[in-house]
Amino acid sequence: MEHISFLVTVVIITALAFDFTNGFHDTANAMATSIATGALRPKVAVAISGVLNLAGAFLSVAVAKTISGGLVDEKAGIQPAVVFAALIGAIIWNLVTWLRGIPSSSSHALYGGLIGATLVAVGMHGVHFDVVVTKILIPAAASPIVAGVAAWGATKIAYRTTAKGSKNVNNMGFKFGQIASASLVSLAHGTNDAQKTMGVITLTLVTAGAVAPGSNPPTWVIVSSGLAIALGTYLGGWRIIRTLGKGIAEIEAPQGFAAQTASATVILTSSHMGFGLSTTQVCSGGIMGAGKAGPTGRVNWSTARRMAYAWGLTLPAAALLGGGGALLVDRGAVGEVLLAMIGVGASAWIYVLSRRQRIDAGNVVDVPAVGEGPAAPLTPVPAASGPIAA
Amino acid sequence: MSIHWAALGNTFGVSLLITLGVVTAFCLGISALSRREAVLADGGSAVRGGGALVVAVVAFAACAAAVGYGLYLIAGA
Repeated sequence: MEHISFLVTVVIITALAFDFTNGFHDTANAMATSIATGALRPKVAVAISGVLNLAGAFLSVAVAKTISGGLVDEKAGIQPAVVFAALIGAIIWNLVTWLRGIPSSSSHALYGGLIGATLVAVGMHGVHFDVVVTKILIPAAASPIVAGVAAWGATKIAYRTTAKGSKNVNNMGFKFGQIASASLVSLAHGTNDAQKTMGVITLTLVTAGAVAPGSNPPTWVIVSSGLAIALGTYLGGWRIIRTLGKGIAEIEAPQGFAAQTASATVILTSSHMGFGLSTTQVCSGGIMGAGKAGPTGRVNWSTARRMAYAWGLTLPAAALLGGGGALLVDRGAVGEVLLAMIGVGASAWIYVLSRRQRIDAGNVVDVPAVGEGPAAPLTPVPAASGPIAA
Repeated sequence: MSIHWAALGNTFGVSLLITLGVVTAFCLGISALSRREAVLADGGSAVRGGGALVVAVVAFAACAAAVGYGLYLIAGA
């Protein structure tokens, strides 16, 4: 850790800040359905998820090693300031989508930020567009559909095979299954997403010459990344938990179990194959499939559509923000300070906005069910659109 | 640019099969437990109840094995 410049220190802190937003942005992926069905109390759910995210961070460093070499060309002359611009862009996009309760992909925000900042700083040759298409865009489009189909089939099986069983046993069994499958998603999330931050910090250290290219993340990087994502997870992104748990479909225990099992399976098999897909998109797809196959068969498609728009927007929006940041840092130290101020200012402003309409562990599931009351099945759930956006 | 459609298709096909397999096993386990409860409540023989219990244990063990394999994959990847 010797001879690390002030800028590199700032970049590392920013990377950990991104990791933290990643944690609370994605708590919902694993725990929204368990909280919605009452399998776990909200506070307990985020605590379990936080611990498992931390544990997951220590399982492997494979993803961390691919992020620097795969997506952008480390040899193209990327400076720590460029990584800084990328991270600020990713953080701002993550906070905006969190404020609106939209489960968008934290990974795509990070990728987008990196791509935009690299494009501006070093040009087209700095980004491996073939990797972007084959490892990010195509899996991003396909994985929620696969998770949705798998969850749909799994839900049908779950209801058919246990229809004649005792209510009590079914309830206990599926809630246990929900907790187990949600835990697996949390663990997989820690493994995937904490490593992305490790990869970014390692990339920064490599560009600053503090560690040799191609080396494993130093232990302190692994520990701090794991802790940052675990803390963020424990904080709980209640806005997004409400959208995923209540806004898409009314989820019962068998559906939650089916959706989480499908999500965990898709995430694990895909990361094993090196496809960098989004935990968020997979889990959302799973919940839609499970909602469609459930007893009511009602899915709130308007919320789903808004979510899909946000998914498509995430990569270009974060790229724009990252690119804009890269233009600033290109001005030298003044630009870097300005960007830092913009990042802190924007985060503080979004935080203040979020306090106007608080959503926390106490009121996260207090919303009318999908399709209940005077609203027609296909109109938006008021609590999932209006008040959150307010 | 080469897109590995086969790898992608394989990955997703395998995901689908594993999901349906694990969920089927888990549900068989749950319904076996339900049967056992019903048999015991009716004062049925312990043997029939025991048979259902064995089915449940085997089904849940299969799920646990799948989870274990998943953990092995991410830890080893």
